[in-house]
Amino acid sequence: MIDKSIKIESDIEDIPILIRTFLSRPSELKTVRKDVTATAQNLGCGTTDVQDLVLAIDEACQNIIRHAYSDGCDGEITLTIYQIDCDIVVILRDFAECIDVETVKPRELDDLCPGGLGTHFIAEVMDQVEFMPQPAEGGNLLRMVKRIS
Amino acid sequence: MKHSIDKKNGAAVVAFEGEVDLDSSPECRKVLLKNVARNIPVLVDLSAVTCTDSLGISCMVEALQNARKSGQEFALVGVSEAAMRVLSLARLDAVFTIHQTREAGLESLG
Repeated sequence: MIDKSIKIESDIEDIPILIRTFLSRPSELKTVRKDVTATAQNLGCGTTDVQDLVLAIDEACQNIIRHAYSDGCDGEITLTIYQIDCDIVVILRDFAECIDVETVKPRELDDLCPGGLGTHFIAEVMDQVEFMPQPAEGGNLLRMVKRIS
Repeated sequence: MKHSIDKKNGAAVVAFEGEVDLDSSPECRKVLLKNVARNIPVLVDLSAVTCTDSLGISCMVEALQNARKSGQEFALVGVSEAAMRVLSLARLDAVFTIHQTREAGLESLG
């Protein structure tokens, strides 16, 4: 059993500007997008930066819901956002089985086919995307950075 | 997400409103494929779409593929700024036929 009371594993000592824990249900994403939009707007981000940040977080959460928690059970996801100088740092923590990060890669866009665009979107709109070392307690930790223009 | 379907000039105009996301994309896909299966031109009005993502775009791609297979016209009309941003990121803005307005889309059908 995973201890969900553990703090978010990251080296960041700054105070988060948003922490939100929610269940891995599609219906939760509407509120997540709303919260991220408000947070980014409060930081003075322009419309495109806000849309991009919301898109990246939405797609990353989708991946967790559809793939990491693919058995359909309700799992927890914790979204934490920090502002560090000119960077918005996003940490997404799940408590699912550890994923093989080598399999999470954008596909080629040359072929017209549905699906597989989410990872491409994240890579396009964020300045840094990385899976952090898998927490000892299990689950996955994704770190994304968006530089505020 | 809400949707409406108008029949005009022998075409189906499918309009979506609100957020086309993980939660609503199954309905979006169902509506689009059902209308493409009618073998009439399909215009998809995205003017009131406030947010979409990879799954919303995948619905459009699948419907476009089905329309192409049967030689039907399939176009997007009045694409909102939010939807256009996502189409551009997927480099699909040059793949879809896009008309500025619903009226322009209907006119193009002759």
